[in-house]
Amino acid sequence: MPERVAPNAQAPQLDSYAPRAEAEKTFSYPLDLLLKLHDERVLVAFGQRDGIRVGHAVLAINGMDVNGKYTADGKEVLEYLGNPANYPVSIRFGRPRLTSNEKLMLASMFHSLFAIGSQLSPEQGSSGIEMLETDTFKLHCYQTLTGIKFVVLADPRQAGIDSLLRKIYEIYSDFALKNPFYSLEMPIRCELFDQNLKLALEVAEKAGTFGPGS
Amino acid sequence: MSHPAHRRPEYHKINKDLFVLTYGALVAQLCKDYEKDEDVNQYLDKMGYGIGTRLVEDFLARSCVGRCHSYSEIMDIIAQVAFKMYLGITPSVTCNNSSRNEFSLILDKNPLVEFVEELPAGRSSLCYCNLLCGIIRGALEMVHLAADVTFLQDRLKGDSVTEIGITFLKKRDEKKYRRKK
Repeated sequence: MPERVAPNAQAPQLDSYAPRAEAEKTFSYPLDLLLKLHDERVLVAFGQRDGIRVGHAVLAINGMDVNGKYTADGKEVLEYLGNPANYPVSIRFGRPRLTSNEKLMLASMFHSLFAIGSQLSPEQGSSGIEMLETDTFKLHCYQTLTGIKFVVLADPRQAGIDSLLRKIYEIYSDFALKNPFYSLEMPIRCELFDQNLKLALEVAEKAGTFGPGS
Repeated sequence: MSHPAHRRPEYHKINKDLFVLTYGALVAQLCKDYEKDEDVNQYLDKMGYGIGTRLVEDFLARSCVGRCHSYSEIMDIIAQVAFKMYLGITPSVTCNNSSRNEFSLILDKNPLVEFVEELPAGRSSLCYCNLLCGIIRGALEMVHLAADVTFLQDRLKGDSVTEIGITFLKKRDEKKYRRKK
């Protein structure tokens, strides 16, 4: 499923998330999952089962979304879950969402990597990083002549990302830039932009994935 | 959805007169707001700059021009692709000096001044189309080219032609990244 982040050096960006795998279960004391605190979040360290995987974060307790490592009413999650009086408890786990700050950091890092990549080129005038491939996803990058980079993370078998990147450029130039109240390099909060972006993503997804059952 | 998603109409036809009238109203209002011609010119340039920084992305997204390797290539693209795309005219390009960083665009027709006969009394240094200079300057800056853009001659001021001068200010940034076509 494509997620989309459109950064430039100051990394304004937008996310288009597809639904993520989440699991909510009721537990009794003692909790058979090993939890740990990492980067202001409570993650599953060990004890994978039933759709709850190592690396998943605690997203909600008893239906109330947690706030980092604190519950909705300000108690520390680990402390709360260590107290037998609070059980039985319903906990929702899932892949942690990146915060805006984290995304900014990652985008800035990618910007630097991109610059290094171009300089490493043995030939003059390299285009810079166009694709980063892993087993679980492919990262596609398109840099415009003005230095803005559009980055798409997609399924490795997803086709048509090149034209999607061009289309995103057009959507950006139309619905973000031509909005007189949008300031350059700020996060894009334009409804028309979001709507058209979603449409373009849907079209691209239908365009095809190469793989079984597509 | 409250309304269907907007499909971009390719070169949707609007009445050109409306555009020309709007521009005229803009200049007329600025003349009311500011006494000095230099101020009006400056604000037109500033507004144009804001437009240029945004318009350049639209231009690049739609025209598929590749990276340019010389100032004269850039001037040709401005005159033959950009002006054509946005104003429907094709100015001619001349190079003004031997170090090849000063150029002129000679505008034979200019839709913006179609209904303007002459500048009003007391406004003899008004650059009526200064918005264009700002647009060009803003657009060039977004592709990392600093340039001075001014009107060198203006038919509205009594000259024989309308000429926009573009002076590129420093060596282009070498570390630009080119998108392969």
